[in-house]
Amino acid sequence: MEIAYRPESEALREEIRAFCRDEVPEEFKRAVRHEGEIEGEDSRRWLRMLYEKGGWSAPGWSRELGGPGWTYEQQYVFERELALNDAPRVPLFGAGMIGPAIIEFGSRALQEQFLPAILKGEILWCQGYSEPNSGSDLASLQTSAVRDGDHYVLNGTKMWTSDGHHADWMFGLFRTDNSGKKQHGITVLLVDMRTPGIELRPILTFDGGHETNQTFFDDVRVPVGNRLGEEHLGWTVAKYILGLERFGTAEVSRSQSSLARLKRIARDQPSSGGRLVDDEDFADAITEVELELRALELTEQRFLFGPGGPDAMGAEASMLKIRGTEVQQRITELTAEALGYYSQPFVPEQLAEGYNEEPVGPTPAGYAARSYFNMRKTSIYSGSNEIQKNIIAKAVLGL
Amino acid sequence: MDFSLSEEQTIFRDSVARFVAEEYPFDRRQALVAEEPGYDGAHWRRFAELGWLAATLPEDYGGLGGTPVEGMLLAEQFGRGLVMSPYLATVVLGANAILHGGSEDQKRTLLPQVAEGRLKLAFAFAEPQSRYDLNDVATTARGEKSGYRIDGHKGVVFHAASADRIVVSARTAGDSRDPDGISLFLVDAKAEGLEARHYPTQDGGRASELRFDGVRVGAEDRLGEPGTEGSALPVIERVIDHAIASVCAEATGAMWAVYEQTLTYLKTREQFGRTLGSFQALQHRMVDVYMKCELAQSMVYEVTLHLDVPDAVVRGRAAASAKYEVGRNARDVGQEGVQLHGGIGMTFDLPIGHYLKRITMINSSFGDPRHQLRRYQHLSS
Repeated sequence: MEIAYRPESEALREEIRAFCRDEVPEEFKRAVRHEGEIEGEDSRRWLRMLYEKGGWSAPGWSRELGGPGWTYEQQYVFERELALNDAPRVPLFGAGMIGPAIIEFGSRALQEQFLPAILKGEILWCQGYSEPNSGSDLASLQTSAVRDGDHYVLNGTKMWTSDGHHADWMFGLFRTDNSGKKQHGITVLLVDMRTPGIELRPILTFDGGHETNQTFFDDVRVPVGNRLGEEHLGWTVAKYILGLERFGTAEVSRSQSSLARLKRIARDQPSSGGRLVDDEDFADAITEVELELRALELTEQRFLFGPGGPDAMGAEASMLKIRGTEVQQRITELTAEALGYYSQPFVPEQLAEGYNEEPVGPTPAGYAARSYFNMRKTSIYSGSNEIQKNIIAKAVLGL
Repeated sequence: MDFSLSEEQTIFRDSVARFVAEEYPFDRRQALVAEEPGYDGAHWRRFAELGWLAATLPEDYGGLGGTPVEGMLLAEQFGRGLVMSPYLATVVLGANAILHGGSEDQKRTLLPQVAEGRLKLAFAFAEPQSRYDLNDVATTARGEKSGYRIDGHKGVVFHAASADRIVVSARTAGDSRDPDGISLFLVDAKAEGLEARHYPTQDGGRASELRFDGVRVGAEDRLGEPGTEGSALPVIERVIDHAIASVCAEATGAMWAVYEQTLTYLKTREQFGRTLGSFQALQHRMVDVYMKCELAQSMVYEVTLHLDVPDAVVRGRAAASAKYEVGRNARDVGQEGVQLHGGIGMTFDLPIGHYLKRITMINSSFGDPRHQLRRYQHLSS
């Protein structure tokens, strides 16, 4: 047993830290410090920067594929140091999800078309999975793809198309056959978002943000060559993609950064004539979540670096998602609570660079409550926490 | 980073598991704890023969030179089987007090006897007023011509009735809560002036109230090299962190046993024409139990792998965080185990409630979760 990192991981850690300090643009770090994310053109720029560092845009890829060829532990350290040093996340949809699926299931033509572009960060992706009537019960999806010569013709609608308004391509699940079991008859298609017949309607979340959309397909023609894997057998591809989420599902390092910000706020906030951090109940709440986070961190490390390594991890990963989101939600809730009255002003503009007016309340007033509201999504998306418990009950407990 | 066991460690763990399964079934356990001394002397000799008592002690002092991981594995299996023995009192508390606080001579003389199973110890550090504060020592040791005279009251001393010698904390200087001025003494269990009231604990363990009324010990019975008088608090803290690691591992073993037994029950017990485990409300509660076991397991590693770090603050934070997290989760798992069993979970004949009792007693030993939360905050500020 060894709790320390290996030397090659330590070396990488120093390199990532220096990169975050010297090269990551200040406006990116600023967004992260305000519990925000970069998007659109900034994401492209970010991916390009990472690519030029030596394939960091695709941290899990081998050298042959143009990636950095890192060990699992190095990949873990990479994600961790980005988070701890206020750098943005590496967009997952491309190199983390659809890229490996194209490597595993894609034709030579698809591989040549997409892999170099994914590596260089030239394509932003969105995911076409959920539908208005297919949420937790994903396999019941009904957006249809009907074969017409060399094309599939798509009709129907997809829900929760996150980042769809920035995306160039969608990888989606479509119904090609309704005659058998619901998992059968699903096909994965790669869809150019500029294809005629696609309409995107923004879905605003109650925190006021626009991250996600509803996508409508009206006789959208997709070449048969854009099919990934066998016709009707797309569920296999979807499950493969799901199984790739090994690193970072718990968002431990992001939460550690958020916790550090919460502690600073609690030290700065006045309360009962002293400081909020001197309030025993509030201090206890912070310590409790800190220790829960440490237990989660070690659990993630144990699952990743136990016997058999990350490849041996199965449905236990669901636990990381459940606990990770619970901790995230608790920290953002406490952050809003810490501000008292100043969690109330809705002044996101005061976070922007070059904001010239006097800010309302302390700076975090610009994001705290909003982030708390926004984080309510985490226990619902990517398979709600209730679905994750179903998975554990079945696959780990055998119930 | 690597959280796998070595081959030797796996063999070691399996041999302990085999003992527990074969020699310590639940009905035998219940019979043993119902009578004095609360354990089987033959078992204790086996522990010695198998090298378990020596496992974590250094080779220089008759031990096998194992790491804290061996201690963890042993305690986990003891927890699974609800094994009650003087192991914690003798090896984890007593021997560690000698190892970390004793003089070279004391270590060479006494530790091999522990390793061989010839010497049982107890550690008398808590007092009725001290609660979990290790610096709160009212018992006094006044210097006399040829040694010391000890007066005071030590409370809930685990397995003192079995001990040959008792390690006692007493104040050689300072006021009752001073961090300085505390020393450790080796007192013969049969010493004149030592009055003991022995009793069983809720979980089938054994403890004692010890009253020292002018108990005389020699200068050579103070633990440590000459000139170290009054500086034992860091030793006590270190010993208690070892105990925390041990009971955290034990509690986690108990949690996994509760998990497994409750899961089996849910899969077999039928109501409304279907197994309990087919009800989603119960499935999700059982998943919560599972997750709490995993989280506790992680924190056992946290304290175990930091036990030997030189920085006492780093070690203390690991111990405090583990005791807090394990304690909180163990309580939940213990209670859920009873609840999910329904009425049968309340019965004395089923192990499930006995796990909850052991877990509860562990929580109130060496600092409860709330105390550890404060300690963590203190060590972090």
